[in-house]
Amino acid sequence: MVAMESAIRTQPQPDLRAHAAIARASVAPLFGLVAAALLIFCNPPQAQAFCGFYVGRADTQLYNHASQVVMARDGDRTVLSLMNDYEGEPSEFALVIPVPTVLQQGQIHIGNRELFQRIDSYSAPRLVEYYDPSPCPLPMSEMMQRSANMAAVAGMADTVAKAAAKALGVSIEAQYTVGEYDIVILSARQSDGLETWLVRNGYKIPPGLAPALAPYIRQGMKFFVARVNLKERQRTGLSYLRPIQFAFESPKFMLPLRLGMVNAKGPQDLIVYVLTREGRVETTDYRTVKMPSGMDVPEFVQGEFGRFYTAAFDQQVKRDEMRTVITEYVWNMGWCDPCAAPPLSREELRGLGVFWLDENNPDGPRPPVPMIRPQPPTGAQPFPLPAPGPLQAILTRLHVRYSAATFPEDLVFQQTQDQENFQARYVIRHPWTGSPQACAAAPQYFAELHRRRRTEAATLADLTGWDLAGVLRQAGLQPGDGPQPWWHRLWDTGAD
Amino acid sequence: MAPRAIANADCPSKARGAAPIDDPSPRACFRAAPAASGPRVLPRDPRILQIVLLGMLLAAGAYLRDFSLHPAQIALTFAAAFAAQRLLDRLTRKSAPSLRSAAITALSLTLLLRADNLWAMPAAAALAIASKFALCVDRKHLFNPANFGIVAALALLPGTWISAGQWGSDVTLAGWMIVAGMTVANRARRADMSLSFLLFYLGALAARVAWLGQRWNVWTHQLTSGALLLFAFFMISDPMTTPDDARGRVVHAAVVAAIAYAWGFGLFRTNALLWALFVSAPLVALWDAIWPAPRFDWTPARPRAKTQGGIDGRNGIRNPDAAAA
Repeated sequence: MVAMESAIRTQPQPDLRAHAAIARASVAPLFGLVAAALLIFCNPPQAQAFCGFYVGRADTQLYNHASQVVMARDGDRTVLSLMNDYEGEPSEFALVIPVPTVLQQGQIHIGNRELFQRIDSYSAPRLVEYYDPSPCPLPMSEMMQRSANMAAVAGMADTVAKAAAKALGVSIEAQYTVGEYDIVILSARQSDGLETWLVRNGYKIPPGLAPALAPYIRQGMKFFVARVNLKERQRTGLSYLRPIQFAFESPKFMLPLRLGMVNAKGPQDLIVYVLTREGRVETTDYRTVKMPSGMDVPEFVQGEFGRFYTAAFDQQVKRDEMRTVITEYVWNMGWCDPCAAPPLSREELRGLGVFWLDENNPDGPRPPVPMIRPQPPTGAQPFPLPAPGPLQAILTRLHVRYSAATFPEDLVFQQTQDQENFQARYVIRHPWTGSPQACAAAPQYFAELHRRRRTEAATLADLTGWDLAGVLRQAGLQPGDGPQPWWHRLWDTGAD
Repeated sequence: MAPRAIANADCPSKARGAAPIDDPSPRACFRAAPAASGPRVLPRDPRILQIVLLGMLLAAGAYLRDFSLHPAQIALTFAAAFAAQRLLDRLTRKSAPSLRSAAITALSLTLLLRADNLWAMPAAAALAIASKFALCVDRKHLFNPANFGIVAALALLPGTWISAGQWGSDVTLAGWMIVAGMTVANRARRADMSLSFLLFYLGALAARVAWLGQRWNVWTHQLTSGALLLFAFFMISDPMTTPDDARGRVVHAAVVAAIAYAWGFGLFRTNALLWALFVSAPLVALWDAIWPAPRFDWTPARPRAKTQGGIDGRNGIRNPDAAAA
């Protein structure tokens, strides 16, 4: 069955588990030191909907407590953006990030939360649909598209006693308020002292943090500690916390996982969006694999794409024994095909830390170019290239599910020269709706269609680990309609 | 991480005339029948075993590990390596040309190097083979050819990279690699190089883990890295580019381990093992000068000249083939 027309339906929706007491984030080593970062959210709040587009209502059951980090990296320069999806009491919120050096106030910036939703939507796993042409002359088609959203919150405040800090071997290196956050840069000699300081100063950190902090202290790193300034937060008038961004220069290209696992009750999810100039990003200390993609799945997946992708991701993690980093998307930021959401504009990319785009443009930033690709009209060639063409910015979306046992080390990345595009994309094919009596070729089409639907069901069962009989039933097929053995047709032993 | 690309003595020979014939290596155990004497039945030449094992790794990688490698890249890499070897053999009028080393180089490159185009890998293969003929010190090629090809590709050819994490850290795979690697390295009498390198490098990593207060599964994760084991058993142990004397090999292993550690954990640069081997290669000549020893040869043809049997006085390894001869 040849696909003719396409309409795109996308659904982002990564995930999953609700037990993220700690969402971690990332790193920033300077001067050759290890850098790392971690977000600590105490008293994990109830999970809530993930930003993304769901086709079905079932999505409300999908918890998304995946931590999200955007890294823009070129040379040794990195801009790291940490998404705060914290929703508990503002007074419970604390952020502790090891950094390689004392960050100046100018190196810290409050980001735009919508940009995380934008980059997530743009790179999300997607379902596309095609319509079978009529086996008789005329094709028919139609298109669709959708979208959705999410939210978050938090806050808290306090002050610091320098003398008491000294006694614990903790030094306050710098202190300032940026946006709704009160920020302290600490150095410490002992992890126990640091833990005590944090507890005494009202940061509700998970117990057992000290051993995880120790390696970073050993490497001479400082600690960026933030909490919410309630007054400033009120001034913003926002009901959520905005992302924190850091700009720093360091040869090290990594993200710490260890701190995030301190009081994790199970596997954690982390989605890293890496923006680079030259090519795909992968990890060097763990295998990086690509999500199985491009398969035809039964039509009913359209109604529950969120559940489908969650199951498919779970299954992939299981197959790899939770030892791999899974690539969900690699694409030049100038376009997409099909677009789950329009590519980010240059301004939006700059907002996420892509600092190099206008480097060679002496006239300053170019005016934003509309990059939304018009939907192809019926019968037109699908997926034309959007007007502006490729940018010097490639997005790699990596999804990691990790546990202390399978990911003992922090993630170390490298930029490859690989510019081949990749997307987690699944296809549904709507059958032609004509009659078997429409023309001579029609019966043959329906016979082939029946075989195809069985194959799609088997593919779906394999991808998700779902029971084949259930899948067949949902696809409107009889349980006995499973894939036929090869000899079935050879001897013509039964109904097809 | 990489297979050692072993080469025949492709360096132009000056004082001694055409290559290996009169090589006085005591490691005559590797001496197979002369190339002209027809097909060998049992592979005395350790390269054959190495080709088989590397081929298996490539197949396993392509099918089980989803290497991003196109069949055309593999074919072109082999073609380029063979063509370069044949051409340069002819130009230098080599007496007993063999494509085995070129096959190992091509296998190493396809196992390690990745490219987003079709020409970079064959170009790297040609450069690797050419380096054996062009970059020689005292009739010994300076660089492991695959190592040279990879570094040249990373530095000069666009669209190339190394997927260091492609093997992951898997205990089963690590076990197989150790068994296969030890078999080959032992056959080439270079197990001392592999083991001392692992000892130094893993020792440094263990010290780091202890100093930082990390958990020990960090170290076991590093220990089972497929890339590390491949490097230790199939690249650094290349007998053609390692020091001739066992003492030199141990010292060289320590130097490579130290550079790799500094490269990876001091400078935080990628591909530390490959770069460390590359930059330390010129030191081999120094070690050979300090501790001279007979040169290694894959297929030393007729064991005439000063071939010795019995115990190799320098490293104590018994040399059964030579004794038999």
